[in-house]
Amino acid sequence: MSHYALTIHQAQEKLRAREVSAVELSQAVLNRIQDTDQHLHSYLTVCAEEALAQAETADRTLANGATPPPLCGIPIALKDVILAQGVRSTAGSKILEHFVSPYDATVTQRLKEAGAVIIGKVNCDEFAMGSSNENSAFNPCRNPWDTDRVPGGSSGGSASSVAADQTCAALGTDTGGSIRLPAAFCGIVGLKPTYGRVSRFGVVAYASSLDQVGPCTKDVRDCALLLEVIAGHDPRDSTSVNRPTPSYTAHLERGVSGLRIGIPQEYFIEGMQPEVETAVGDAIAHLQVLGAEIVPISLPHTEYAIASYYVIAMAEASSNLARYDGVRYGYRAAEVEDLGALYQTTRAQGFGSEVKRRIALGTYVLSAGYYDAYYVKAQKVRTLIRQDFLDAFKTCDIIATPVAPTTAFRLGEKLADPLTMYLSDIFTIAVNLAGLPGLSVPCGFDQHGLPIGLQLIGRPFDEEALLQAGYAYEQDHDWGARKPPL
Amino acid sequence: MRITPDEVRQIATLARLSFTEEELTELTQHFDTILTYVDKLGELQTDSVEPTAHAVAVSAPLRDDVVTNTPNAAQTDALLANAPSRKTHFFRVPKIIE
Repeated sequence: MSHYALTIHQAQEKLRAREVSAVELSQAVLNRIQDTDQHLHSYLTVCAEEALAQAETADRTLANGATPPPLCGIPIALKDVILAQGVRSTAGSKILEHFVSPYDATVTQRLKEAGAVIIGKVNCDEFAMGSSNENSAFNPCRNPWDTDRVPGGSSGGSASSVAADQTCAALGTDTGGSIRLPAAFCGIVGLKPTYGRVSRFGVVAYASSLDQVGPCTKDVRDCALLLEVIAGHDPRDSTSVNRPTPSYTAHLERGVSGLRIGIPQEYFIEGMQPEVETAVGDAIAHLQVLGAEIVPISLPHTEYAIASYYVIAMAEASSNLARYDGVRYGYRAAEVEDLGALYQTTRAQGFGSEVKRRIALGTYVLSAGYYDAYYVKAQKVRTLIRQDFLDAFKTCDIIATPVAPTTAFRLGEKLADPLTMYLSDIFTIAVNLAGLPGLSVPCGFDQHGLPIGLQLIGRPFDEEALLQAGYAYEQDHDWGARKPPL
Repeated sequence: MRITPDEVRQIATLARLSFTEEELTELTQHFDTILTYVDKLGELQTDSVEPTAHAVAVSAPLRDDVVTNTPNAAQTDALLANAPSRKTHFFRVPKIIE
């Protein structure tokens, strides 16, 4: 097996046994990026020089005999909304095209402290707004299983780079499905942790009450490993929750015996791709064979989730993106006469059309006369959606659903109509509104060879149950281990 | 239509954005589609429901009022390095007072 194809835990073993050096591993991954990325455009910035220097440091640590930190010498890619000191961070936007971060995000700092090699910054929809990666201001990223198709968004580059072995693992962010959807479309494992589990400090904000950073990995064990490193309280993020982080790897093999899995009737709808329904149904049946109990449940407000989400997310985005004014950093329009024109022209030229649409709609729903009718109403519906889940968790421990109603669609297919694009997130969005953890695990392929994802949803801060169930399922299937034809 | 191009133009000004006439026509159409969809929230009776701002209870933690990040020249330079226009230690903007 080529070095670049290693999972985190496989690489850990080989590095510690000195069968491969950290420099060899990073070099193999860099070569793989060079050989494949002209077809995929996963990367916006490759940190070759810095990565090899970090790998050399890791090799010295590995050579001195003591137990190395968990990610020592392991290449990890960052979605381009996550800051790394001295490295360009564009957030997929022209307005930040030349922005070089003066500091590390907390998650980046934690990765570095764990010995990881930051291999580069990966593609995403502009400011994480999108479901296909086509809103990237740079060359949109492609799906490694079929380069005419989208990798899903917004963390498209995180998922495609992991699926194509262009990194051992990556971090993404998930506001309405932005880790889970691309994970499903690209056939990898992706986790959105509970809101507050992982620090958002140093992560470019889209919708602050919904955004969360999470792992994109080749298997469930890697997902647990990476979450263990990035999770935990951070005084620099006032929404980060101060409670202990369990060892997610310690009880991974617990199994699903006696676990009650809720199946919400609202998530198996007409118009779903039949192969998705079959694959997810088979996965649930397999978990039952392994000892789980299947419980029918209802989440009655599901159909209102997308409307509630877009009002809240656009409102928060319009506020968060006010900072891009062409004064302190980022793009500035040339030849303007006064400060007002500077703001307006800079933003008109610097932002892409989806970002401008969301800022404008967000401004509208927050404006006098519409605030109660749209914004407060959406927040009230958010309460109902959250209550649905809390009620359901009285009779079940986790919930199983598809990640998306279809497999990856073609580039351009949903671009003309924003609402059709928004509906791609129909099964993932409620999880963000309720602040719950959600895991995407590969559970099959359709007739075109495109991956299908199973979504497992848990109680707040119960990522462990999701990882245990995902791990149990994965042990009997090889979906995630299959490689795209590149 | 639920909203006119003039109203969208007014929103754009509030949001410090500007659009060409062609963009404005398309955006007005998108506003209409999305707001019509969002109207389905009105089907729900929510008079006695409290709004949720954060799904996980968030307090506003306080810390001691002490300097934790002493400014230094290197840091200032790193921050100003991203400025589109600067003069010594200042950001430079077009004239704002006549």
